Amino acid sequence: MADSNDDLLQTPLDALHRSLGARMVPFAGYAMPVQYPTGIMAEHQATRTGATLFDVSHMGQAMLAGPGAAAALERATPADIQGLKPGRQRYLLLTTDDGGVLDDAMAATLAPDRLFLVLNASRKHLDLPRIAGFLPPDVVLTPRPDRALLAFQGPAAAGLLAPHAPALAALTFMGIAETTLFGQAIIASRSGYTGEDGYEISVAADEAEDFARALLALPGVLPAGLGARDSLRLEAGLCLYGQDLDETISAVEAGLVWTIGKRRRTDWDFPGAARVRDELAHGAPRRRVGIAIDGRQPARAGTPIHLPDGSEGGRQVGLITSGGFGPTVNRPIAMGYVPPGLGVDGTALHLMVRGKPVPATVAPLPFHPHRYLR
Amino acid sequence: MLRFTKDHEWVRLDGRIATVGITDHAQTALGDVVFVDLPEPGREVAEAEACAVVESVKAASDVYAPLAGRITEHNPALAEAPALVNSDPAGAGWFFRMELADPAAFEALMQEPEYLALVESL
Repeated sequence: MADSNDDLLQTPLDALHRSLGARMVPFAGYAMPVQYPTGIMAEHQATRTGATLFDVSHMGQAMLAGPGAAAALERATPADIQGLKPGRQRYLLLTTDDGGVLDDAMAATLAPDRLFLVLNASRKHLDLPRIAGFLPPDVVLTPRPDRALLAFQGPAAAGLLAPHAPALAALTFMGIAETTLFGQAIIASRSGYTGEDGYEISVAADEAEDFARALLALPGVLPAGLGARDSLRLEAGLCLYGQDLDETISAVEAGLVWTIGKRRRTDWDFPGAARVRDELAHGAPRRRVGIAIDGRQPARAGTPIHLPDGSEGGRQVGLITSGGFGPTVNRPIAMGYVPPGLGVDGTALHLMVRGKPVPATVAPLPFHPHRYLR
Repeated sequence: MLRFTKDHEWVRLDGRIATVGITDHAQTALGDVVFVDLPEPGREVAEAEACAVVESVKAASDVYAPLAGRITEHNPALAEAPALVNSDPAGAGWFFRMELADPAAFEALMQEPEYLALVESL
């Protein structure tokens, strides 16, 4: 099986993953650890109760610098970037001209006219040219493949790092700082994609393995892979690009209107604004919902969503876009798209798993409450 | 008498009745099992027919009938404790029992050294 990974890109932590006994799988063109010998369940629970380290170096990192960098980035996104204060990060959508989602991403203001971007691995090859196309000559977009990105997540994460880097303890959720940890210059934001408190830390690629080993040497810290990352973000009700978001889905349908800046909704000056404006005024044809499944049978992405048998002949009304077992909530959970009339919490649905109807109900998101440090 | 399939299942024969489960290699590769969908007793299955599904946190995988026959029972303990597939794959984590249409066909399945060599080659 290892041979099939030959054509894949490697992160700077590839050798570390293999030495820790990780099972490596292809993901977005990279060989990535899906789990370590402890297993997805244990890695998931350790993130909810302690602290774990994820390698997310496959994600795209870039600097956007120059006079008017924030205004330039706003041409690619409906987010308010000009209002993003130094030391703050924001979740944003990059939108297509038709109002679909090109990618979901993070942007942070490190200093006036100096932004730090984190993009999905599977979309960075589209995002970077898209952003670059909007830039005036003196605003420069610089991809940073020379940097690794680590997510250090869980309720114990902040306490473990505080003695080593006081600047990190001072950050609140979505705060970001350029500081030093274990002798390395880092860019660290108090964020992540697990629903827990924690940090995402950008560090030079050639120092990343030593840096990661120092984090793993802190008491109780476990390495965690993509499998746990997926079950954690699903419990937290967070979207995965390519499943819950794509170029056909709008911010309104995805329930991500909160990422659109207030000023942007007055000026309507972002790509795809016409569709978003129309859907806000007249309703969208579908919306993303949480779905709690009765029993123990998971329903995976692509599972058809039907009305219950007695209702309109049980016709199909949507699709599951993310689904699996939630280790913390201890039940199968999913997200999917249904017509707005069926988006009310408690609505009964049938999920057609291998041709058999599995009863389920629309449920509030997140499935497990976020525990960010506000 | 214990035999194995290339799909990483073990088969134990007792008279005409074969007990079927997945191997330790298979459960390790799958990871934490959270649900097992088992065939109903009475179902007639062909050799290599997908007749059970094992769901880990991450993914669903088919389990195949190692030989033709009729399902006689499935493991009721897996409904409440699917993790038995991880903790005791060759024992309490068995999947189903079936009456073989042709018990002699059992002899054609892999013996343990051959199966272990297959695992080693992966």
